[in-house]
Amino acid sequence: MILNVEDVSIRYITGDFKDIGLKEYFVRKLKHEYNVKEFWAVNGITFSIDKGDMLGIVGTNGAGKSTLLKAISGIMIPTKGRVERCGTIAALLELASGFDGDLTVKENAYLRGAMLGYTRKYMDDTYDNIIEFAELKEFENRPFKQLSSGMKSRLAFSIASLVQPDILILDEVLSVGDGAFRKKSENKMREIIGNGATTILVSHSIEQVKTLCNKVLWLEKGKQVAFGPSEELCDKYSAYLEGKYKI
Amino acid sequence: MLNKIVKYQFLFEELVKRDFKKKYKRTVLGMLWSLIAPLLQLAVMALVFTKFFGRTTEYYVIYLFTGNLLFSYYNDATQGGMRSLLQNSAIFCKVDVPKYMFLLSRNIQSLINFGLSLVIYFVFVIAYGISLKWSFLLLIIPIFCIMIFNIGLGMILSACYVFFRDIEYLYGVFVMLLNYLSAIFYTVNSFSPTTQKLFYLNPIYSYISYFRKIVIYNQIPSIRHHLLCIGYALVILCIGSWVYKKNNYKFLYYV
Repeated sequence: MILNVEDVSIRYITGDFKDIGLKEYFVRKLKHEYNVKEFWAVNGITFSIDKGDMLGIVGTNGAGKSTLLKAISGIMIPTKGRVERCGTIAALLELASGFDGDLTVKENAYLRGAMLGYTRKYMDDTYDNIIEFAELKEFENRPFKQLSSGMKSRLAFSIASLVQPDILILDEVLSVGDGAFRKKSENKMREIIGNGATTILVSHSIEQVKTLCNKVLWLEKGKQVAFGPSEELCDKYSAYLEGKYKI
Repeated sequence: MLNKIVKYQFLFEELVKRDFKKKYKRTVLGMLWSLIAPLLQLAVMALVFTKFFGRTTEYYVIYLFTGNLLFSYYNDATQGGMRSLLQNSAIFCKVDVPKYMFLLSRNIQSLINFGLSLVIYFVFVIAYGISLKWSFLLLIIPIFCIMIFNIGLGMILSACYVFFRDIEYLYGVFVMLLNYLSAIFYTVNSFSPTTQKLFYLNPIYSYISYFRKIVIYNQIPSIRHHLLCIGYALVILCIGSWVYKKNNYKFLYYV
């Protein structure tokens, strides 16, 4: 077992506390009116996967997929429950963001590589491959903000796909670029999975999940609807989306 | 800790590089500004204040430069440090990296600026006929202390800044007040001995006065002065680390 998620719940605090300033904060504290609303984005999720598994996470918008991934990758700590990980983990969440528009493509590639935990030597060695795979050789020294959004995601994917972690997390990563690049990235993913990496994939393309994944976790409004083999659950999920199946 | 430093060394280097590139982007003179800016500031202040304090203070320009040098470093490091965490929120929301890296990287930038100014400072010191002495090596103590102090205060400020953006304005006013309380352009001689002691409640003044004792007055500061300098730095660093540790996973909800 490489990843064990046990009864994980994550509570967000919501309300206007982000917008109020210092004065308002103290006024409300004094009046005992400072209370934040709670919102359980993820509620009681339990599953585990083994080495080499490819897990797909499906669910409509706001089902808690991204939040769950943040807990798995260690960016957030769960409010309740626990996550046990064996080995290294690399999470690619909302790929195109987190780059710096003012730096060049090359500088951004190095910065991202560093974030993903590569060494400088490794980046020096593989940089050419990255840029070639992203098909951005001629844009190398351009400021990053001049790239199109498809190009940005392509670069992000190319850097990330070199990672060789024990667990790889992909959030809406494969839906990047045009048709040709999508094909290429899917092949690359297959290669990574073939090498024995355990992968977690979030995708809105049910076809993709069906062909790539062997297990599926289905979330709805933060709750776990089902966890099991992909074929069966994907069909159920498709039926649910079409309104033929109720949970 | 050591393990972590090795692991994140590459990221740290890249962050420092990024901060530098962004700072001097689209400036013709680039890093030279780090040298020119404090000199211009010094020139203006010397022009204005020499008339009032210059006649009674020996080496007034050096006296002024010492105050400016340390206060600018403090100001730059803490104001920049305050914004560093929030500016990098896009990164720490997506990748699990130690959050103090952003602050440290910003502080390195300020430290390098300070280092460059320090070189100019010593050029001035020599030019004004003060000979270099072995005791100047002691200056490493206040430099190290103010560095730690800046990092600690940066931690406190950057954490507060994530929760309350008001801090930016409040701190701006505070820095101005502290500037006037740091005896940068005036001397404390005209105050009563008790008031002169009260000045040491201001950490920045303690560091500035350490510098002046060594460079201008050729004195070795007392043990108490040493303890004060080190104490301020350590206390602030401890509070800062505690704030970061306590809120490490909370920042995410406020950005």
